[in-house]
Amino acid sequence: MVDYNMLEWARAQFAMTAIFHFFFVPFTLGMSFMVAYFETIYVKTGKAEWKQITQFWQVLFGINFAIGLSTGIIHEFEFGTNWSTYSWVVGDLFGAPLAVEGVIAFFMEATFAAIAFFGWKRVSKGVHLMSSWLLAAGSNLSALWILIANGFMQHPTSAFYTFNIDTARLELTDFLSLILQPVAQVKFLHVVTASYTMAAVFVLGVSSLYLLRGKYTSFAKKSATVAAASGLIASIAVAVIGDDHAYEVANTQPTKIASLEGLIVGEKGAPIVAMGLPKYMSVEEIKNAKEGDGFTFEIALPHLLSILGKREFDAFVPGVKDLIYGNEEYGIWSWDKLVAEGKRAIDDLHKYHAAKKAGDEAGMKAAEEDFHAIVADVDGTKVERAELMGYGYFAELPNNGIEFAYPPVAPVFFSFHLMVALGFWFILLFVLAYVAVLKDTYWDNKMLQQAALFTIPLPWIAISFGWMSAEIGRQPWTVFGVLPTFKSVTPLDLVNVQATFFMFLVAFVVLGIAELKMLFTVVKNGPKGAH
Amino acid sequence: MEKWAGITGTGTTTDPSTMFLLQQYWWIIVAVLGGLFVLMTMVQGGQSLFHTAKDEMEEKALINSLGRKWELTFTTLVMFGGALYAAFPLFYSVSFGGAYWVWMLILFGFVLQAVSYEYINNPNNLIGKGAYKAFLYFNGVVTVILVGAAVGTFFTGSNFSFDTTTRILEWGTAADGINLRGLEAAIDFGHGAWFNVAFGVLLFAIARLLGAMWIINDVDNNEFADLIARVRAASKRCFFVFLGALVVVLYGLVTLKGYSYDIHTGKVFMEDNKYLHNLLAGYGIQLIIFGIGAVLFLLGIFQSIFGNSTGGIKASGLGAVLIGIIVFTLAGLNGTPFYPSYADLQSSLTIQNTSGSEATLWVMTGVSLAVPFVLGYIAYVWYQMKKDGPITREELEDPESHAY
Repeated sequence: MVDYNMLEWARAQFAMTAIFHFFFVPFTLGMSFMVAYFETIYVKTGKAEWKQITQFWQVLFGINFAIGLSTGIIHEFEFGTNWSTYSWVVGDLFGAPLAVEGVIAFFMEATFAAIAFFGWKRVSKGVHLMSSWLLAAGSNLSALWILIANGFMQHPTSAFYTFNIDTARLELTDFLSLILQPVAQVKFLHVVTASYTMAAVFVLGVSSLYLLRGKYTSFAKKSATVAAASGLIASIAVAVIGDDHAYEVANTQPTKIASLEGLIVGEKGAPIVAMGLPKYMSVEEIKNAKEGDGFTFEIALPHLLSILGKREFDAFVPGVKDLIYGNEEYGIWSWDKLVAEGKRAIDDLHKYHAAKKAGDEAGMKAAEEDFHAIVADVDGTKVERAELMGYGYFAELPNNGIEFAYPPVAPVFFSFHLMVALGFWFILLFVLAYVAVLKDTYWDNKMLQQAALFTIPLPWIAISFGWMSAEIGRQPWTVFGVLPTFKSVTPLDLVNVQATFFMFLVAFVVLGIAELKMLFTVVKNGPKGAH
Repeated sequence: MEKWAGITGTGTTTDPSTMFLLQQYWWIIVAVLGGLFVLMTMVQGGQSLFHTAKDEMEEKALINSLGRKWELTFTTLVMFGGALYAAFPLFYSVSFGGAYWVWMLILFGFVLQAVSYEYINNPNNLIGKGAYKAFLYFNGVVTVILVGAAVGTFFTGSNFSFDTTTRILEWGTAADGINLRGLEAAIDFGHGAWFNVAFGVLLFAIARLLGAMWIINDVDNNEFADLIARVRAASKRCFFVFLGALVVVLYGLVTLKGYSYDIHTGKVFMEDNKYLHNLLAGYGIQLIIFGIGAVLFLLGIFQSIFGNSTGGIKASGLGAVLIGIIVFTLAGLNGTPFYPSYADLQSSLTIQNTSGSEATLWVMTGVSLAVPFVLGYIAYVWYQMKKDGPITREELEDPESHAY
């Protein structure tokens, strides 16, 4: 039996690492292209000022780069150290993108970073420029592969995996389908465009600081012009792709979309709650809930969730109640029914191995047939009992673990809505900034400059909220519908996990403060002499 | 019926011999990455020589020489881990989840290293230059010894049992009742701790010698003559540590009762002089490669540590890669469980019972075709950065050149 206290510590450790890692990674993804773009202008024009601009932003990028890289390796290790069962059960699918990421992306990043940072005087301008672009490409390719891996965790499908009854694990069947899964592709685009937005906000904000102080004006104007234009494109792209992302989520992770929107009871023409305060509801209360329940107060926009999630004005969107207690009208199975089928699959697995041990071939065949029997047909896609095995593990818990059947609504709802609100703020800021730059009024518009300056930390908050809604929203699964979180964790004594949690916490706090101190100093000292 | 019999990770395969070939191919890829990692530990080895710098400029020369290569070591380690994860996921699961503290401490050492180069000479680094220097030293000494000791357990075994159906991993408890989650490999002398520790010390000595030769090659010998002389003196002392550890490790490899398994049934058993047999298997090809590697490694040392040449790193570097490759092929090929269990012999991990599916191994094999291209551009960049000669005082003082 899993020690749930230890499980929560292991989750907290992973979440802490992920959030800390993602303070640096998106900045790297965005700034690498921004720096390469500045350098291109320098190489084309040959003007020393553009070299200074490039080197200034590169120094800031460099401080982030190392810590982003180092926190990335913690993840790779933690999959093995703290989530060893996960690594065994899905390693065949999850390991391949990680390895490809290493071969294709990491070496490109690490190799060309050496030239980009230290080669200013050792290589030609052309080779240096090429290195800057390859560094940016390597960083972004790295994001692609890890998000392919994450996409699999969000929406595993029989298009690219099968459950092997002999090895008792998931195995890859079609790598191309794994790569091209729509969930991963929209996730990648959403993440990288958010990262470009972050970089643009940072460059615009720091440039605005210099404008407000009347320092390095020419430098600031040039930087802000590039940032306003790229930020406008990126921030709009985030929203457009975010809409596609939400559509994918609605059709692949119904419990997540219900929690993101606080939808307790499903309905036709379901609304989006623009602002609201979700109520805590026990499973018993959810069982008795009626349409519209779930909020202490809300400002709802009718039909929008149906349009967003199903692209239909009056489409039915299931709520938490439908998803855990079932809804016959729409063919939705109850949690208990899913658990019962899953439990039968687990029993088949054990029967198969017992028969194998006894040399009973007939027994093996019978168990395997039952294991792979088709139990449902969802819109033409046949579902095998084996695919529901993950639900069967919940039979170990009281009441089939029904209270864990969906993610906690309030944190998912709030993190998602705050992310969206911030996303709209970035679009507004960049529209105003871009128009002002075009009209040549940005340089005197103190209010807009101050707004840009105070916006600097917000992309970090928005991106963290985005990941929180995605990852907490996937609970209680590590691989949605396939592997429960409590069956993924390494069985360790609590003290080990607590000790490493604090070991990393102290390191992250110290290194994080050091990082910020260095960033502030570079910004304070300005572009002169930055190299 | 043996626990692993029939469970060869074959999944969808119809041809076990193809599967076995792929598993061996992937173990050789892992071995090559392991060999390259041994070479790249020159960065860690160099970090353990920081005490040879006596003034700020000498220290800066060391930091910049090593700091331009740390990312490559780091990436090689990540790639080594990634390849093991993809090709042999059960090993990743059992070893990382079981020997928890060994891997966590190794990880921590690399995390500290990663930030230290960027932060060390920054006046606003919060905890001072000395702290980052200590981090680099920790990574250069303790982390390397831990990595070596962890590889030592590939030969001496670990204390675990694992059930594939229930997925229950049990990592045993040390004699004193405390579950050290892997650290027992350094203190449990009844189960080969002496070999593991000697292996760790050997890797440290190799890393330091390689680091010294890299510094001799990369830093201007005339401008930093005193530093180079001190690096050479420290390395000469280290050479004797290297010889001592080597004798212990070779003694162990030749005399240890090794782990073996039947590739058809999966049954694991003990075999006298197993690793010696492996060395001589296949017309002694591994012995020949090992011998060439050893000669090259020593040649480089006599050129650059005992002689005045700056080019010893080339011969020694290649030699280290070859030796590293053979260490891993000895551990995993020729019917050898590469991660044996002394607690439950039949739980021992082999390239067959830990591997990914055939589909994954094929995909990864396709990806591995990119490796020569990757090595090609690494060599190109290395050449570009070296073609103007070694690191000089002028370069380190030039405000136009980005330097740590």
